[in-house]
Amino acid sequence: MARQMIRDVIRDTIDAEMARDENVIMLGEDIVGGMGSPGGPEAIGGIWGTSGGLWAQYGSDRVIDTPISESAIIGAAAGASLTGKRAIAEIMFADFIGVCMDQIWNQVAKFRYMFGGKSKCPIVIRMPYGAGYNAAPQHSQSIHAMVTAMPGLKVVMPTTAADVKGLLTTAIRDDDPVIFLEHKALYGVKGEVPDGEYLIPFGHARQVTQGDDVTILATGMMVGFAEKAAAQLAQDGIGCDLLDLRTTSPLDEEAIMDSVERTGRLLIVDEAPPRCSFATDLSALVANKAFASLKAPIEMVTGPHSPVPFARELESAYVPSPDKIVAAAVKAMSYRRG
Amino acid sequence: MQHSREALIQAYRQMKTIRVFEERLHDEIALGEIAGFTHLYAGQEACAVGVCEHLGPKDYIISTHRGHGHCIAKGCDVVGMMKEIYGSSDGLCKGKSGSMHIADINKGMLGANGIVGAGAPIAVGAGITAKSNGTVSIAFSGDGACNQGTTFEAMNMAVVLKLPVIFVFENNHYSEHTGESYAVGAESMTVRSAAFGMKAIKANGIDFFSVYDAMRELIEYCKAGNGPASIELDTERFYGHFEGDPQRYRGKGELDRLREERDCLKVFRTKVTEAKLLEGADIDAIDAEVEALIDRAVAESKAAPRPTADHVLEDVYISY
Repeated sequence: MARQMIRDVIRDTIDAEMARDENVIMLGEDIVGGMGSPGGPEAIGGIWGTSGGLWAQYGSDRVIDTPISESAIIGAAAGASLTGKRAIAEIMFADFIGVCMDQIWNQVAKFRYMFGGKSKCPIVIRMPYGAGYNAAPQHSQSIHAMVTAMPGLKVVMPTTAADVKGLLTTAIRDDDPVIFLEHKALYGVKGEVPDGEYLIPFGHARQVTQGDDVTILATGMMVGFAEKAAAQLAQDGIGCDLLDLRTTSPLDEEAIMDSVERTGRLLIVDEAPPRCSFATDLSALVANKAFASLKAPIEMVTGPHSPVPFARELESAYVPSPDKIVAAAVKAMSYRRG
Repeated sequence: MQHSREALIQAYRQMKTIRVFEERLHDEIALGEIAGFTHLYAGQEACAVGVCEHLGPKDYIISTHRGHGHCIAKGCDVVGMMKEIYGSSDGLCKGKSGSMHIADINKGMLGANGIVGAGAPIAVGAGITAKSNGTVSIAFSGDGACNQGTTFEAMNMAVVLKLPVIFVFENNHYSEHTGESYAVGAESMTVRSAAFGMKAIKANGIDFFSVYDAMRELIEYCKAGNGPASIELDTERFYGHFEGDPQRYRGKGELDRLREERDCLKVFRTKVTEAKLLEGADIDAIDAEVEALIDRAVAESKAAPRPTADHVLEDVYISY
C-alpha cells in the first residue's frame, strides 16, 4: 500500500498498462505539452498532470500529442482500436464532448453492433468533469447521464485512489469502449493504493457506510459529500447505507435493490441538473422494482436546471452540499403517509 | 499500362461486380424487396477498384454511405453483403447494418458510414496502426464530406503526425442534391488538400488505369514515411443520392449522356480491347460470370434466415 494523489495514480496506472501491452497508446491535447515550443516537449505532461514522463518513456508513436481536434482525437483512437491498438484518448474537459459527439455516439458506441459483433473497439475515453474550479458553464459540467444513455458504452466514475487504479486497469483491458470520468476536484485527493496488479470489475458498487434507515446513492465528488452528511446524520441516530456506484453502465442494480429493500428510503445525490438525469433514471428504476419497499417518496439532491455558474457564491449554490443531503435525509425520515 | 492478363481480368471483374450488384439493387428496391435507405455507387467503380487493387488485408479503408463499391473492391463477400442489405441474420453484419454500415474488419474494411465526414478521422487512427505495420490507410470521401470540419481535422492531424493516410475524394459533382460548384468553396479539393500541407494530385475517376497509376505513386510516397497524401477523382454518379431520389437537380439528358460518354466500364473495355490486352470475348465471359453470381446472391438472400426479436440485444457489448 502506498498513499498517492489520484492524478499520480492515473499516470502510474497508464504507465503500468503501457509497459504490460505494447498495443496500448494514448492520444490527447497537451498530454505531452510544449511540442513545437521553445520550452520543449514534456513542458506540461497533461494539464491535469496525469501523463508526465510517459512520452519520454514510450515515444511519439505511443504517446501522441494532438492538435486541438476533438473529433479527430476520438476518431483516431477509434480507428486505431478497430485495427488492433488499445487507445486511451483524453478529452481535456468533459464539456468538449459536444465537439466529438458523433465519433462517440454514432461511431465508437455502435461499431460492434452495426458490424454484427465482428469487431472490437477497446478504447478508453478519459474525461475530467465536474464543478468546483469556478470554471464557468463550459468547463464544469457532469455529463454522465448522456453517455450512460448510450448503448454500447460503459461508464466509470471512480471516487477513491484505490478505485481509480482498479477501475482504470479494468477499463484499459476491457474490449468494449469505456468512458472514464475523472472528477476534477478529486485529482489532488490522496488515498491508499494497493500494490501490484489490481483490477475492480465493472458493475459492483462500493459500500461506503452501512445503515438501516436511508439508502444514499452517489457518484464522484458527491460520494465524499454524502459521506460527510452520513457522519452528521449518524450523530442524530439516522443510519445511512451509502453506496458509491462506481460505474453507471453497467449498473449494480442488485446492490441498490438489496439496500432499498432493507432501508425503505432512497436518497440520490447527483451533481448534474435534474431533468432526464442519472438521478431520475435511478429513481424510476427503484420506483418500478422496489415500490412496495418504499416508506417515503424518493429524494433527489441535484444541481438545478441551469448551467453551472462562474462566481464562487453561485457555483456553491449550484453544487449539492452535505447540508442539502442531510436535509433531504431528514425529510425522508420524517415523512408520514397521510 | 503494364498489367498482367490476370490483373486486368481481376480489375474488370471487380468493377463489373459492383455495377451489376448496384443495378440489381436498383431493380429490387423498385420492387419493394428491400427496406431502408440505399445509396448506389454505380458509375464510380474505377475509383474503388483503382484504389483497392493495390491493397492487402492489412491495408485499411473506411468508406461512406455510398459504400457497396468500396466493400466489394476490398474483398467483402458479395453474397454476404446482399444478404445484409436484405436484412438477413445470415448477412455480413447479421442484419444490424443494412446498406449503410457494412464492414469486414478482417478484410481491412472498417465500415461504410452513415454520417458524412465521419470516416476521415477514423482513417487517421487506422493510419496509426498502418504506420506500425508498414501498410496504408485510405479514407474514401465524396465532394460532400470534403466540406465537413471532421475531414479538415483529420487531414491536419494526419500531416502533424506524418501518418500513411491517403484521402481519396471521389468527386461525383453532387453532395446529396447540391452541385459541387456551389458547395465546395475552394477552387478544388486538390488545392484545399495541398493547403493542409500534403501531396495532392488529381486523376481521371472514370479511367481505372489513371486511378491505379496515381495510387501506386501515392502509396509508395506514403509508405516511404512522407506523411499523408490526397487524390481527387473526377467521376460520375449514375443514380440519385438515394434510391427513390427523383433527381430534379440533373440537367436535361444528363444521365443518358453520362452513361454514353463517361461510363468507366466502357472506357476500360475500349482501352484493353484496342490495346489487344483482352478480347471482347474475355470480357463477355466475365459479364456472364458476374451476372450469375449476383443472381445467386439475390436468390440466396431471398431465402436466407430472418433475424428474430431475441437478436436485438446481441453484440451491444462483448461483456456487460
